[in-house]
Amino acid sequence: MAVTKVIGGDAIKRKGWLKANKWLILRRITQFAILGLFLTGPLFGVWIVKGNLTSSLTFDLLPLSDPFVLLQGLFARHWPETTALIGATIVLAGYLIVGGRAYCAFVCPINLVTDAAALVHRRLGLKKGWQPKRATRFYVLAMVMATALVSGTLAYELLNPVTIVHRGLVFGMGWAWGAVVAIFLFDVFVAMHGWCGHLCPMGAFYGLLGEVSLVRARADDRANCNDCLDCFAICPEPQVITPALRGEKTGHGPVITSGACTNCGRCIDVCSENVFRFGLRFDGTVEPVIKEGATS
Amino acid sequence: MSKDDQAKPATARTDADRRRFFGDVIRGVSALACIGLPLGLLAKRSAARPAEAIRPPGAGAEDDFLAACVRYGLCVRDCPYDTLRLAHVEEPVAAGTPFFIARDVPCEMCEDIPCVAACPTGALSKELTKIDDARMGTAVIVGHETCLNYQGLRCDVCYRICPLIGEAITLERQANLRTGKHALFIPVVHSDKCTGCGKCEKACVLEEAAIKVLPTKIATGELGAHYRWGWVEKQKAGKSLLNRDILDLPDRRPGGGS
Repeated sequence: MAVTKVIGGDAIKRKGWLKANKWLILRRITQFAILGLFLTGPLFGVWIVKGNLTSSLTFDLLPLSDPFVLLQGLFARHWPETTALIGATIVLAGYLIVGGRAYCAFVCPINLVTDAAALVHRRLGLKKGWQPKRATRFYVLAMVMATALVSGTLAYELLNPVTIVHRGLVFGMGWAWGAVVAIFLFDVFVAMHGWCGHLCPMGAFYGLLGEVSLVRARADDRANCNDCLDCFAICPEPQVITPALRGEKTGHGPVITSGACTNCGRCIDVCSENVFRFGLRFDGTVEPVIKEGATS
Repeated sequence: MSKDDQAKPATARTDADRRRFFGDVIRGVSALACIGLPLGLLAKRSAARPAEAIRPPGAGAEDDFLAACVRYGLCVRDCPYDTLRLAHVEEPVAAGTPFFIARDVPCEMCEDIPCVAACPTGALSKELTKIDDARMGTAVIVGHETCLNYQGLRCDVCYRICPLIGEAITLERQANLRTGKHALFIPVVHSDKCTGCGKCEKACVLEEAAIKVLPTKIATGELGAHYRWGWVEKQKAGKSLLNRDILDLPDRRPGGGS
């Protein structure tokens, strides 16, 4: 059952361990640093960021608010104060630059859980399990907003594991550990990449921003691809790679355009041929594409 | 990765594809209704807050509060007395929303109301500028059979601890019918002054407090909208509103007949 080939093994040989794990390391540093900023106050009395991922105040000056939660509030027919609107606008603008689901890969605390689950899943060589359509999360997103509208409250925030766990870490966990355990078990034994990849409405929301966001992973040197499939094996959203990597036949540029891409950069890490890099959605390096597939 | 995820050329779409698409949509929507309906029920249940969980000053009606509060906890952080805390998921208060239990830690009624100042969404209304105008609930003596003052003792603790001493709680003197010669000093809460801070409930010396802060409507009852107090109307009008000419009750005398 065990996987015989180590994903990214070739990349480690060619580029060295550090370079073959560069974005993973940067991502973990970012995740823990952001968590740390929230925790220095409650743990050591050094208040840098007050609040939690839903909404926060940095150095008693910079307000940041989660636009996903704020949108629920608007559907619940509540118009927030200017502070929250400014905070949400800053966050929106930020993710429109760095990539919508960069939130998922670099900030969300649940990512640590689901990444761990994916690792265990790979190591155990388990079957993919239940795989609902990737679009299911958009139905969940619609449902979240509909429930807010009908109930007039932030109904989903009673269950949202992202905000529950982060709030738990900062304000005391209680039974919030239950959400962590449930999602881990779900992703390992019920559905591979089940939560983040198929169900989470928060990821769906940020994915919508990703459809137009500036920074994107790109398969610029796709001509060098040696079909080792490591990028597909490691990617939490492998369907986003195909059009960019294999796009020469269909006339698709090398930019990974799908909003589902989390900009986690693991494809860059595990590629021994340096096919991928981060770049801008619009910069002019798109090579002219021969549209041979158009007529057939 | 399943085959469904791979992009198909647009020209390959057939009736079968379309039929499958609508089938998928109906299946998806139905599945989500199965999630949405319980979620709605959960939301409704969470709106039923236990009476002892008190919202911070400036919180409006529970429905409005739950729509507005983003649960980020700056009110909790800025509360200098650690009165407020965010509800854990397993508690009967809507998860992540701020509240306090007066018997544990009551509200100290800070003059600058830092919790309200910290709120970015208006869940705690900025219109509240004087803490004495806060209405977190209303204290009510629920234990007439246990309250020491009701038994004729001079406990008076709730009266003395009240930040609005002599206004929100007064001691009303009554005859002690048990002894026949002493007085009772009955604590009476005045709902027009009581902020619901809960210091009285915290201070009550009994095992279980005889005075409790409750949601105002539960604490005070509510008069029917059509009710009028005759004596109030009389004072407003400056004279008796009874028309003696019209109101003529029969004179009854002993011996029968009228």
